[in-house]
Amino acid sequence: MNHPTGNDHGTTSSYVIGFVISIGLTLNSYYLVVNKVLAGNTLLLALGGLAAVQLFVQLYFFLHLGKGPNARLNKLLFSLMFIIVVIVVGGSLWIMKHLNYHNMTPAQTSHSIIRDEGYQK
Amino acid sequence: MSHKLSAEQVQFDTDKTIFGFWVYILTDCVLFASLFATYAVLRNGTAGGPSGAELFNMPYVLVETLLLLTSSFTSGMALLAATKRNKSATLMWLGITFALGTIFVGMELHEFSNLVQDGNSWRRSGFLSAFFTLVGAHGLHITAGLLWLVALVQQVVQKGFTSGTLKRLQLFSLFWHFLDIVWIFIFTIVYLIGVVKV
Repeated sequence: MNHPTGNDHGTTSSYVIGFVISIGLTLNSYYLVVNKVLAGNTLLLALGGLAAVQLFVQLYFFLHLGKGPNARLNKLLFSLMFIIVVIVVGGSLWIMKHLNYHNMTPAQTSHSIIRDEGYQK
Repeated sequence: MSHKLSAEQVQFDTDKTIFGFWVYILTDCVLFASLFATYAVLRNGTAGGPSGAELFNMPYVLVETLLLLTSSFTSGMALLAATKRNKSATLMWLGITFALGTIFVGMELHEFSNLVQDGNSWRRSGFLSAFFTLVGAHGLHITAGLLWLVALVQQVVQKGFTSGTLKRLQLFSLFWHFLDIVWIFIFTIVYLIGVVKV
């Protein structure tokens, strides 16, 4: 398995499968947005889901994550990176949203609360 | 006996390098994550200027996406041809990858220059600053990858398939697939969600 001519780079068929699925997912997301099939949070969730599926399709079929000599370590580091990304992106958005609340006039604050949470405190 | 040992050492060396490169790619992901976070925070900060919905040409961006996706596939095919020691096929797939990547960068530069000419440069608003930084950082990575690809093709032509060139082909294909994944998120978060009115 660790021989230089060994086959941990995948096969033609695995690349073709990954490629076809990726194209399908991309066209799907595009279709959802351009033809206004869904709207609001449903659309955002669908787009996020399609992107996440495409991430794992490409990790599996193109990057062969989980195969090859250092598979376990690769997956471990990937998970660590994933946690950092979630903290950086999620944390930034969370903090900035709350900062916005604190920089509003009382009228703007209640307007935002009604818009974001659908009720008035 | 000594020959077998050195082949194992070469494989060990290759595995070590690929692992190190994987670590680099993951740290680059964190860099892109900070740019994505910046973009997400500044997304609505248009300062009275145009928003994404008014600026983005979606069919154009879809073509860019499909070009990059195809080039990711062809770089994988180049690696497969190299593992079969098929030089002409490897060079052909690398050539296609280079052509698709070059068209992608050209289209992106065209998009950027149109925006700047219309007065919508990075100086217009926080949204556009974040947009140019994020998409430009990806474009710079692609440009660096294309320069790398030129050097790689020259090495394959001159030296053939040595352990060194095979190793670099694997690293390049990792890098190129990674850039394609980053683009999927730019396509979804910047362009698709950008034209949706939430």
